[in-house]
Amino acid sequence: MKYKLLNFARRLGLMLLVIWTVVSAVTLLIELVPGSPAATILGETATAEQIDNFNQKHGLDRPAFFISYTDEHGLAWNGTNNRYYDYWAGLLRGDLGTSFRTDRPVLDMILERYPATIKLALAAMLVAVGIAIPLGVLAGRNKNGILDNIASFIALLGISLPTFVIGPFLVYVFAVKLGWFAPTGSLYPEDIVLPAITLGAALSAILTRMVRSSVIEELGEDYVRTARAKGLSERTVVYKHVLKNGLIPVVTILGLQLGVLLAGAIITEKIFSWQGLGLLLLEDGIAKRDYRLVQGCVLVISVTYILANTLTDLVYRRLDPRIRLS
Amino acid sequence: MNRLSYIGIAIAAAVVLAAIFAPFLATHDVTAQDLAIRFAPPSAEHWFGTDALGRDIYSRLIFGARISLEVGITVVVVSGTIGILIGSIAGYYGGWIDKVLSGYLFNVFLAFPGLLLAIALVAFLGAGLGKLILALCIIGWVGYARVMRGQVLKVREYDFVQAAKALGAGNMRILFTHIMPNAIQPLIVQASLGMAGAVLSEASLSFLGLGIPPPAPSWGTMIEEARQYFAATPHVLFFPGAAIALTVLAFNFIGDGLREYLDPKQRTR
Repeated sequence: MKYKLLNFARRLGLMLLVIWTVVSAVTLLIELVPGSPAATILGETATAEQIDNFNQKHGLDRPAFFISYTDEHGLAWNGTNNRYYDYWAGLLRGDLGTSFRTDRPVLDMILERYPATIKLALAAMLVAVGIAIPLGVLAGRNKNGILDNIASFIALLGISLPTFVIGPFLVYVFAVKLGWFAPTGSLYPEDIVLPAITLGAALSAILTRMVRSSVIEELGEDYVRTARAKGLSERTVVYKHVLKNGLIPVVTILGLQLGVLLAGAIITEKIFSWQGLGLLLLEDGIAKRDYRLVQGCVLVISVTYILANTLTDLVYRRLDPRIRLS
Repeated sequence: MNRLSYIGIAIAAAVVLAAIFAPFLATHDVTAQDLAIRFAPPSAEHWFGTDALGRDIYSRLIFGARISLEVGITVVVVSGTIGILIGSIAGYYGGWIDKVLSGYLFNVFLAFPGLLLAIALVAFLGAGLGKLILALCIIGWVGYARVMRGQVLKVREYDFVQAAKALGAGNMRILFTHIMPNAIQPLIVQASLGMAGAVLSEASLSFLGLGIPPPAPSWGTMIEEARQYFAATPHVLFFPGAAIALTVLAFNFIGDGLREYLDPKQRTR
């Protein structure tokens, strides 16, 4: 018990440390902008007064960090009068700052779009699992047979085909030629089908390979022989016994891939004009140089990713007694 | 090596040759526009047809191979070198150095989804070939470092390393002449897969408009430009799509084949 608690605390500590670093990195990203954000956003025709007003409104006239260096004053200690402190203070109040373009709270803009992205990521996961388990089992049971080779080839194809090639291809076949779905948008419930397949394709390929090797490994275990000797049907052996044990690594990959899906969703959302966080980041954030919004989007996606990874790790430990004991 | 990896080597060799001999293989100027022949289908004059501005798609693909390989090779070499050095130090010295490097630094870099970090960096730094390569190196090194650390942890316990220590060899000598050459093998697999990843990432960022700006013939940019028109003229999207898919597939085939070849357990399967 004591060991368990200690391990949990260590995991939690590491997670907080990583989140702190990620927040710090994202906060300081704005310092990388060539020139000043005000000049970029207000354009070349902006007057000095407009630039001053903009900087004052968004706190950009204040020092970036606790310590700053100027030629006049040398190294100076700024106390809490700095943007890094402001950003943290805001974060702890649930405030991600105000958009440079729309003057709306960044958090509100993100919360409006986040559910669409989560929905897309979960649908993609569902597609991936739906394809991977039957295909992986089929391949694993026919090791090195023709079905295995076909399944492995499809899997490798899924990993290699980029989202932005699969997406337009699916649109061409199922929207343009067959007319089954709308090419873009998210008006009707069925509009999620093509984006979900596009986003889930690569994951389904990775999972298929995992399920295959898991099934091959588990089929060689003693308990499988016992189950077969008891006279159980092959179907029961595979789906009730082998898969139950073989799916443990798959659960881990699913958790770890959630973040990859969230990041991959950026491309899928662009292809299908899916009104999610990725499109917000690309069109309202990056294209319009709304750096505050970009910071917010990057932060939210990264923190979700970290939380998903930590949670997966904890769940994995519960699922597999071997890891718990070690 | 399995059959698929030979196919991979053949495709990769074709891409490399296309990139090297691009000026001789291209049939048209890659930026020459001719609006009179926009969206021309494949023909004897334009093998892969023309795009929305009447540019020759075949010639653009050939020169696009240069961009993809330039990014891929630079990213693999730079991030591989950084990863190998940091991974070796973490694995060899262990203790608090390892705790800081693998326990903290690796986790921080793994905490960002790779593509998102690249997007964020390019969004703030601005687009361009150099910045794109920088962003991909920043996200790429940690993969090599992790593999290298694991390898060094294993190799440093081998007898010949103990023998070198007993003979009084210094840390640097042990690390560079005894451990690294014996630990580096799995990194070849990582490099091949990393090449596929870098080509894909460059195309993804260019597709998002964050990579190499037009009119440079990056494959990702070509797909992004083709996207609006492909419903009526699929060939503008098909050829660049196939080029990316085949190149990535080739390096994945090679990586998979090498992994199988280097791992005797998998070879017998």
